[in-house]
Amino acid sequence: MPKDGGIGASTKRREDVRFLTGKGKYTDDINIHGQAYVYFLRSDVAHGTLNSVDTSAAEGMPGVVRIFTGKDFEGIGGLPCGWQVTDRHGEPMQEPAHPVLAQGKVRHVGDPIAAVVAESLEEARDAAEAIDVDITDLPAVIDMKAAVQDGAPKVHDDLTSNLCYDWGFVEDNRQAVDDAIKSAHHVTTLELKNNRLVANPMEPRVAVGDFNDATGDHTLYTTSQNPHVIRLLMGAFVLGIPEHKLRVVAPDVGGGFGTKIFHYAEEAFCTFAAKEVKRPVKWTCSRSEAFITDAHGRDHVTKIELALDAEGNFTALRTETYANMGAYLSTFAPSVPTWLHGTLMAGNYKTPLIYVNVKAVFTNTVPVDAYRGAGRPEATFQLERVIDKAAREIGMDPIELRRKNFITEFPYATPVAVEYDTGNYNATMDKLIEVADFAGFEARAEESKARGKLRGLGVNCYIEACGIAPSNLVGQLGARAGLYESATVRVNATGSISVMTGSHSHGQGHETAFPQVVADMIGIDASQVEIVHGDTANTPMGMGTYGSRSLAVGGSAMVRATEKIIAKAKKIAAHLMEASEGDIELKDGAFTVAGTDKSVAWGDVTLAAYVPHNYPLEDIEPGLEETAFYDPANFTYPSGAYSCEVEVDPDTGKVEVLAFAAADDFGNVVNPMIVEGQVHGGIAQGIGQALLENCAYDDDGQLLSGSYMDYAMPRAADLPNFIVDHSCQTPCTHNPLGVKGCGEAGAIGSPPALVNAVCDALQRAGKDVKHIDMPLSPARVWAAMNG
Amino acid sequence: MATVTMTVNGKSRTGEAEGRTLLVSFLREELNLTGTHVGCDTSQCGACVVHVNGEAVKACTMFAQEADGAEVSTIEGQANADGSLNTIQQAFQDHHGLQCGFCTPGMVMSAAALLKDNPKPSEQEIRNYLQGNICRCTGYHNIVKAIMAASGQDVSAVAAE
Ligand code: FES
Ligand code: FES
Repeated sequence: MPKDGGIGASTKRREDVRFLTGKGKYTDDINIHGQAYVYFLRSDVAHGTLNSVDTSAAEGMPGVVRIFTGKDFEGIGGLPCGWQVTDRHGEPMQEPAHPVLAQGKVRHVGDPIAAVVAESLEEARDAAEAIDVDITDLPAVIDMKAAVQDGAPKVHDDLTSNLCYDWGFVEDNRQAVDDAIKSAHHVTTLELKNNRLVANPMEPRVAVGDFNDATGDHTLYTTSQNPHVIRLLMGAFVLGIPEHKLRVVAPDVGGGFGTKIFHYAEEAFCTFAAKEVKRPVKWTCSRSEAFITDAHGRDHVTKIELALDAEGNFTALRTETYANMGAYLSTFAPSVPTWLHGTLMAGNYKTPLIYVNVKAVFTNTVPVDAYRGAGRPEATFQLERVIDKAAREIGMDPIELRRKNFITEFPYATPVAVEYDTGNYNATMDKLIEVADFAGFEARAEESKARGKLRGLGVNCYIEACGIAPSNLVGQLGARAGLYESATVRVNATGSISVMTGSHSHGQGHETAFPQVVADMIGIDASQVEIVHGDTANTPMGMGTYGSRSLAVGGSAMVRATEKIIAKAKKIAAHLMEASEGDIELKDGAFTVAGTDKSVAWGDVTLAAYVPHNYPLEDIEPGLEETAFYDPANFTYPSGAYSCEVEVDPDTGKVEVLAFAAADDFGNVVNPMIVEGQVHGGIAQGIGQALLENCAYDDDGQLLSGSYMDYAMPRAADLPNFIVDHSCQTPCTHNPLGVKGCGEAGAIGSPPALVNAVCDALQRAGKDVKHIDMPLSPARVWAAMNG
Repeated sequence: MATVTMTVNGKSRTGEAEGRTLLVSFLREELNLTGTHVGCDTSQCGACVVHVNGEAVKACTMFAQEADGAEVSTIEGQANADGSLNTIQQAFQDHHGLQCGFCTPGMVMSAAALLKDNPKPSEQEIRNYLQGNICRCTGYHNIVKAIMAASGQDVSAVAAE
């Protein structure tokens, strides 16, 4: 049994109290005396030449403080891209400029043209309407394959084409894979789309810039998952502000899901404008504006081919993907369809030969970047769909086909450059079969049939690479950042502890789970430990929260710092008890000398550190505060097996999700309640992708799904209760907690299960339906049944 | 601009509002009650739900001037008199019915309105009632469970915790 409040306990979240009483402090709740408000005038055409922006009439409007246009940002850096991908031929990707406010051209609906700073938001908006913008429309490129045809209109005139890169992985395997597929016993081919999504954290983005002209200090309050990254990117690459003069604060943040990783124009604008107008400047994004400015997710068009021998062993895999970058490169966009996608194409299987080709394409759409799972859902979806299709084609049970090809020995080096340290894919599959009651499925299907409904069961596995990751490796792969994490553990004189972490919590419950770890290590009550995060002024440089990395990387940094604390505290305890340091043991918050009944309490030692009257000052410094930076040796590899049970209405094509089960292997688990909540949320987003959500553009580049009227967010009645299990645990071998990360699994593992289930339902009803593209709307399902 | 007076969480509050000022903006900006949130601009998300004269209302769909003279209660007024969490709030904490907390004030206010009308709702009734409240974090499982628990129903059969 886990100790109360320690590792393994479902401790209730302490942060909930402020959120449940309306006392959370989100960025939009911050108002600084004297602040002005900014409204961005945005392009309503997808592609055009910006001939002129005449602000003269608007400048005289009531309340206007100042109007900015692209001219004000000439000579100021554009928004940087944090990852450079090298193409198949060894050339760097094409990297366009990304100005803060449009210069010369507009490239997507939502591209900011001018920014009005005024006394109130209403006045700023009124004045924006009086700005006269002269744009000559240009033909928009929306479809990726059309965008890379010769003669297609170019999104960026100074690039050679709309192709950002043509990436091959592993390029040396290309011929061998081609040969294996050519000579294979059986090849299953599937063409599919991974639908474009909008992350939609419920809190829209907000930025408040502030400048102190007496000290020259800038402060930016922003809805970010990684304030230090924003400080570095914006300070060093956009505005030229050194770190010690720039503080970035991300207070309570209302969800991120990837879309709040990136550095956005509005953050740079508010920081810049606050100095220019000598007042704090606040921007609050409306939801409609979020749809045309937040980085979108997914949007891949893929052809995958799986080769099998006569026994059903996978012999080779080839996949070709077009990945939409949108109009500009968002911060980490190039890495998503490449290193976060290609490296996962082995999945849970020992396919010996794999080749992945990705063509990243510029289009006149909002930039696309990481969204919960980022590349791994795209990899999982195509792989798990093609396996299901192959099973049908060769007449083998889809679970048996998977089991036959499972990797069973670890560590396992895949042909796509990663090494899985641990896993047990049969165990999670067995667990799934049990918790989802597969044995009772046929009876349930009969019961559905009696009601005139078609029931189907879909299964899939997933693997993900999380805890991103070794800095030296990602550096070789093109990251322009390190991916360590940091923690400072500050023990106070009376024994309470403040942990300053570079991770950021925006729903993940760090304030509760992180203290469980530290308290467990020392043997004190978790209420004695407090987490400080989200402010560059009082936390060590850290890379923030995304890629299911907080506990695996940030938690490991915290463990390392706490180990240093314990080592020093033992020295102090040894002095106090006049014993040898090697004999000191720490248990339940007390130091003892082995083999004696001597003991000093944690609080006595911490007090001695700060009141060093009886203290070994010649050997150690006073105080008890340690910092650690942790750079992992490898990714972590959570895995699992998911199932979905659906009912299809044959008359309307409507799909109802009746049951969804997840058997995950996250390694060790610190707070099971929080872990399960993370999986629930991920599954809901995955079901949303598979069943409901679609970000659609028309041919002119107008966003058709620009609000919650048209973009179908999953609601309570769309979803069932979930069955989640994480009892299969193969601990990570290379981080001190043995944890793997759980934040993205649900979103990665769930879409193929749902699509597999619908295909199963239709096939059981005798319909020869091989695939339906997501989202599985009634119209699409009906068309597939009757097509 | 007009002067608007309303009783908010039992106290009389007065502020200035333009004709176009929404109740939610008045609460947040004029009265500094920032617990009520804005998650959309099409009246879909429910982050802004408050009670006006005892009814659940999306505060983004009502002008502040329309609430002149009304009794308004917001998330800030929900805790027990001694400051402890009320039954619904406590159930949300106990059953992990929130993650980022942004939808939470609206969820709690909607749940309170539901339980007033329907003290023992079924799971399906809760799910249907919440159609105007979007949560992106929780997948609703634990929200539904929390509301059932708050209504005094046994939730031990509902999978997972
Ligand atoms: S803000 Fe009121 S419904 Fe979204
Ligand atoms: S808890 Fe984040 S939106 Fe509901």
